[in-house]
This record gives sequence, structure tokens and C-alpha cells, in this order.
Amino acid sequence: MAAGVATWLPFARAAAVGWLPLAKKTMPKPPVDKKSRNDEILFVNVSGLRFQTWKNTLDRYPDTLLGSSEKEFFYNEDTQEYFFDRDPEMFRHILNFYRTGKLHYPRQECIQAFDEELAFYGIVPDIIGDCCMEEYRDRKKENQERLAEDTEAENATDTPLPPHSTSRERLWRAFENPHTSTMALVFYYVTGFFIAVSVIANVVETVPCRPPKGSKKDLPCGEKYTLAFFCMDTACVLIFTFEYLMRLFAAPSRCKFMRSVMSVIDVVAIMPYYIGLVMPENEDVSGAFVTLRVFRVFRIFKFSRHSQGLRILGYTLKSCASELGFLLFSLTMAIIIFATVMFYAEKGTKGTNFTSIPASFWYTIVTMTTLGYGDMVPNTIAGKIFGSICSLSGVLVIALPVPVIVSNFSRIYHQNQRADKMRAQQKVRLARIRLAKKGTTNAFLQYKEEGGFQGRGSDNALCLKNRSSFEHQHHHLLHCLEKTTNHEFTDELTFSEMCMTESVGYRTSRSTSISSQQGVATSCCPRRAKRRAIRLANSTVSVSRGSVQELDTLQVHKTSAGPQSRSSLNARTEDLKLNCEDRDFTAAIISIPTPPANTPDESLPPSPAIPGILRNSRPTSFTHETVKISSL
Amino acid sequence: MSGCARCCKHGLMKFALSVGKLVRGTLIKDNLDDDLELSVVCHRPEGLEQLEAQTNFSKKELQVLYRGFKNECPSGAVNEETFKQIYSQFFPHGDASTYAHYLFNSFDSSQNGSIKFEDFVTALSILLRGTTTEKLEWTFNLYDINRDGYINKEEMTNIVKAIYDMMGRFTYPALKTDTPKQHVDAFFQKMDKNRDGVVTLDEFILSCQEDENIMRSLQLFENVI
Repeated sequence: MAAGVATWLPFARAAAVGWLPLAKKTMPKPPVDKKSRNDEILFVNVSGLRFQTWKNTLDRYPDTLLGSSEKEFFYNEDTQEYFFDRDPEMFRHILNFYRTGKLHYPRQECIQAFDEELAFYGIVPDIIGDCCMEEYRDRKKENQERLAEDTEAENATDTPLPPHSTSRERLWRAFENPHTSTMALVFYYVTGFFIAVSVIANVVETVPCRPPKGSKKDLPCGEKYTLAFFCMDTACVLIFTFEYLMRLFAAPSRCKFMRSVMSVIDVVAIMPYYIGLVMPENEDVSGAFVTLRVFRVFRIFKFSRHSQGLRILGYTLKSCASELGFLLFSLTMAIIIFATVMFYAEKGTKGTNFTSIPASFWYTIVTMTTLGYGDMVPNTIAGKIFGSICSLSGVLVIALPVPVIVSNFSRIYHQNQRADKMRAQQKVRLARIRLAKKGTTNAFLQYKEEGGFQGRGSDNALCLKNRSSFEHQHHHLLHCLEKTTNHEFTDELTFSEMCMTESVGYRTSRSTSISSQQGVATSCCPRRAKRRAIRLANSTVSVSRGSVQELDTLQVHKTSAGPQSRSSLNARTEDLKLNCEDRDFTAAIISIPTPPANTPDESLPPSPAIPGILRNSRPTSFTHETVKISSL
Repeated sequence: MSGCARCCKHGLMKFALSVGKLVRGTLIKDNLDDDLELSVVCHRPEGLEQLEAQTNFSKKELQVLYRGFKNECPSGAVNEETFKQIYSQFFPHGDASTYAHYLFNSFDSSQNGSIKFEDFVTALSILLRGTTTEKLEWTFNLYDINRDGYINKEEMTNIVKAIYDMMGRFTYPALKTDTPKQHVDAFFQKMDKNRDGVVTLDEFILSCQEDENIMRSLQLFENVI
């Protein structure tokens, strides 16, 4: 029910007194209202801007944040007010909604910010008043389209191919996005070059060349150097045919491809040549053949694959079809009217050019478009008057639909520009983000290197840089993760080094280490954690120098740490085999001399670990385990 | 023939006028838009002290009432259409417009088609803070549609029908066509002491005072505000 109606409810209830004498049964008891009915002024502080309103005003909409008990969460006892850490400018509109019952959309605000505020205060956007609803909807749709466009652009061009794409998919992709591979780029430029060559050849072969010896007449170049032009034409057509066939092969949907505009242009461009080949040298037919050669000029449209501007123009014309239609229609109407008038006006004149109404069409068109060739001019006074009216109206009729077409073109062009700009900015943005991410991981690694762990002591305290509590907690979290998975974070360099040193001594040292691994007292992570490690730490796990210290510290806590284990650990630092193939990551697990399974995490305190360790001092099974794992 | 000539002359005049407009270059828009600005009638109530004296409400209560009223009707008065709409929102199942019409008339003491804040507050004062006699008097005035001092069967039937209309179609048990009539008969049975077919104010008040239920229920609505 609308808020305003709530105000009238007491009134309607009071009017119910009128039913009492008629009542057949006794009236039910009224509900008891426990809250104090006194209206009070509430203070709402939004980022420093204090608003005051009656409690009743806010109670009008009990299913929003301010109208329900949810606002008690924001009540500040000390200052006796409700504090919201949100945008105060927007809050004004929200509060006005409570006051007037109508939600207005402020035009100068960002639509997403407004939506977020509404979501926070629990107000459904559908109740925006009619005055602002259209604007709101339009802006929202525009924003969504823009976002969709951006994600599409992001995904479409620069995503790497899925790993198992067929050659056909790769080929299609190369055709559609030439900048993805060098071959595609080369092919792109080659076809562009040949299109240009073909068009220029078409043009040049009609230019008159010097006549051959013994003839006075000027010959067009095409007839003088027939062979040369024929060879050039053949070469171009071969390239175009090859390109068309390749595209046809690579297209995901051949039917759709054959119906597309570009493919039709391609076909029309190469058809005249083939028809010319099969055509016999016949006088009658060759006339028709000459007409066909006109279609060779369509090759110039093939440039639209290479030029974005042309594509935009074509798209604009398509989208302005209705305006163009209107322009054409109104022009036709005006031409017919004026041609008729001019014909009848000039009918009397002797030797006039206005021989018929269709003949006057030419004059009307030339006049309306303000060309004014002057090959047809009116002689009578009436003709001159109507002629001048014709030229004036021509200006008007043509000037009217043109701005619509222009604005459409401008919109589409800017959209395109924006897409390109967005792509360029995206690259820079992503690079910067990657840099920042690297920065945080580097901070952690640096922290570790400086020995920032507990127990390293006060001598390292000076080395520790001044870190915010956030960083401390973050680093602690990463540390916990390391302990959980029994792997450590490292940087790319160290990891690749590790990959290189798949040392020869691996087998030998492993055997020695196994023998000396009895009762090694480091707690280990359960199998589950190991598997998690496989999945998680795909690229950032290795054991660096720091890890030796790690295990070192652990040894200190635990009981039966033998020196040999330490030495073996030392020996094995270099021999830690990290299998760098993605599948066999379990190899990394071998390197850590821990008995598998049934033991708690390292992050747990020592005491529960000890019984676990004691439980697991089964060297034979341990060996088996290790062997098994390595074979994975 | 003469009519045709007149028509032609009329058409010619219009054409000449439009050419004249064209020549002068002014496009005279319809000036009707300016007249659409209706002057908003604003009504202000009498002073707070006066209203406090006239009614049984305290100042604070009057303030709360007025704020709500003014928020809904910034112009200061409610007309019948708006009143019907508001009242119908409380009874979405049925059609409350007829009853709202009768209510409106009973509230509109000056019978000028709009309820001002004073009327509103006066009626509320009676209904919520008045004596039982006053309440019963108000109810009598509600039932007495033509204000002649008597309730006859026809008026009562109208009222009862209007009330049943508010129930809507889907009731349990289903409404029969003669239910209102039966209800009215029962009412008259109780109220009409001297069996003269009409109920006067005194008869009404007397009969109601005899009925325990009615007297008790009159106290129910006092805590509405």
C-alpha cells in the first residue's frame, strides 16, 4: 500500500464506528500498540551531513533499511544519531522519497552509483516516479550495453585460442583478426596490395596510350599491352579465388558465410574473369561481356575488410535506411511536381528543351541539388519564377534529413572510437594491475627473506620494514597457507632455477635420505592437504633456501630430530626435484621428508603432532609411500 | 449555392491567413497552454489554539494529524474522488466507493464537496474522543443520507448494501441477494420502537444504549491515534 494511505488508516479505523449499530457479532479487540505513539525527530548523520526527520516519515516504508529495525545497527549511542558512511548527496534523494513518496533520479549522478545506494537502503528501483523513469531506464540500458560491449571486446579479440582448436578454427580466427599471428598479417597485406593493383589496372587500361608505330589513332593501354594486363588480371583473380576458397573452408557456418555481404562482393569481383574465360569470341556476346567487366570495379569494396571507416559508413547507411527512404521519397515527390509545372510553363516556347515531363526531370534534379548545369533553362517568366521556387525548395528538402544521418554516423563512429580507445587503455590498465599484484607477492617474499618469522629474534627486528597491520595480517595468512600445504611461495626466477636443476644426484641422495628418514620429527600435512597443494600451488611452489630454515625451526621444536636428518636435508636442498610438468606435481611432495597421511598440519601446536609422529614411525611403509608417489 | 460560396470564402480567408503567417515568419502557437495553468486553491486551517479548543485533541496530536494530512493533500482539502480512492485502498476485495461516498458526505459538514482539515479533525475528535452520545449521533447522521432527521428503510438498505459491497464477491458463506434486506429488517426490528417505519435519533440512541455489545464496542476505537 502506498505510504500516504498509512496516514489515513487511523481515520478509516475511526470511521468504523459507523458499523457498530449494524454489527451482527461483537467487534474484535483492537491490536495493542506497545510502542510510544509520540512522534519524535530522528537524527541521521550521513558522512557528516546531518539530516533530521520525523520518525513517522521513515516508518512509512517498513521494508526498507530506514523504515525497519535494520537502522538500529547504525545507531551511534554516543551521539544519539544514526550514522551512515555513504554519499550525502545521494542520501538527499533517498530521504525525499520517504517524504514525498516519489523517488527521483538525479540526472547528473552515475547510474551505477545510484543503483548501489538504492540497494544499500533497500529501495527497489521500480518505484522511481514516472517523471524520471524513462531517463533512468535509458541510462541503465546504455550502461549495460556499454559493459557488455566492453566484456565482449575484451573476450573476442585478445583471448588466446582454446588449446585444442582445429586448424580450421585457427584459420578462421586468422582471417577475422589478422593481428593475432604474423602469417595472417602478411596475408592481409598481400590481399590488400593485390586489390589495389587490380583496381589500378582496371583504371589504367582505359587510359589512352601512345599509338603503336604506323597507326594514327590513340589506343587505350588495355588494348596495347593486352598480354600484360591479362597476366596481371589473372594473378589477382587467382589470389582472390584462393582467398575466397580458404575463407569458405574455414568458416564455421558455410551457409551463413555464403550469404554474407563480403562473400557476395568477393564472388562478384571474380566472376567476370571466369565468365570471360569460358565466353566464346563471339561478336554479339562480347558486348554483354564488356558490361560484365564493369563489375570488376566491385573489387574496390573488398577494401572494406581492410578499412574500418568504410565499414562504419556502410553500417551507418544501413541504420539510417528510414531517413534515406524519406529523403528519396520527398525528393521524388518534389521532382515530379516541379517537372510537371515547368513542362506546362515552358510548353509554349519554340524550340524548348522541355519536350516532355520526363525530360523536365533532369532540369528539376539539376536545379534542386543546386547543380545548375545550364543545358536546360526556362525562357518564359512563369518558367523562371517556378524555376527559382524549385531551387529554393530543393535546398530545404535535402537539408532536412541530412542531419539525422549525420548524427547517426557520428554516434556510430564515436562508439567505434571508444571501443578502440578502451582496448588500448585496457592493455595499459592490465599491465599496471599485474605490476601491483607482483608487488604484493614480492613484499611477502622479501619479508620472508628478511627472516620476519617469529622466533628469528630481535636481531632481525631492525631489518623489518615498517609494515601496516594489514600487511602483517596478510603475511601471516600467507604463512599459514604455506604451513598448511607444506610448500612455500617463491618467485618465478627461483622456480625456473629449480626446474633447471633436476639434479643427477636426485636418485642417490633420495635413497640415502630415505634410509635416514627414520623418525624424522617434522609433522606433515595430511594427504588431503597435499592434494590441495597440487591443485593450489601449481606455479608458485618450490623449496627455497628459506625452507631449510623452516624445517630447521621445526626440528627445534620436535623431539627426535637427528643431525643426520638435518644434513640430509641440507644435502637435498639442491636436489629437490621439482617436476616442472604440470601433471606430476606430486614429485614436489617427495622432497619434503615427511611421512604421509594421518598426521595433523604443521600449523597445529607440537603436542598433538608428537603422538602422530610416533604413530607413523613405520619406515617400510614410508618408503613404499615415497616410491609410490614418485612414480606418479 | 450560396452556402458553397460562403464555404469557399471561409476557406480562402483561412488560406490567406496562413500565407500571412508564413510571410510574417511567426509561427503563432496555440496559446491554450497558458490557460491550462489552473490556479491551485489552497486552504489553510484556523489556528492551532482554536482547533485545540474546538476538539478534544492536544496540540501535539493536532500537529501529527495535520502533518499527515498536509503531506497527502498539499492543497489543504480532499475532494470526493481522492477520498474514494484512498478509502478503496483499505478494502481491495470489494467496492468501497458507495460507502466512501456516504462517509464523505458525513464528514463534509459544509456540504461543499471537499473535506478541509477542520472537518477532518472535528469528525475524528467525535469518533475518538467524544462521548457515546456524540458518537451515536454521528452514526445516525451517517445513516440519515438526506439529513431529514429520520432513517427510513430505503436509506438503511442503501447503507447496508454499500457495506456489503465492500466485502466483495468472495465471502464465506456466500452472499445471498436478500442478505442486506434481512439485515435491514433485523435492524429495524431492534431500533424502531414505535413501529412507524422510520427511526428517529432518540429511538436510535435509546436502542443502542440498551445493547451491551454496542456500548462496549464504542470504546474500542479510542486508541487509534
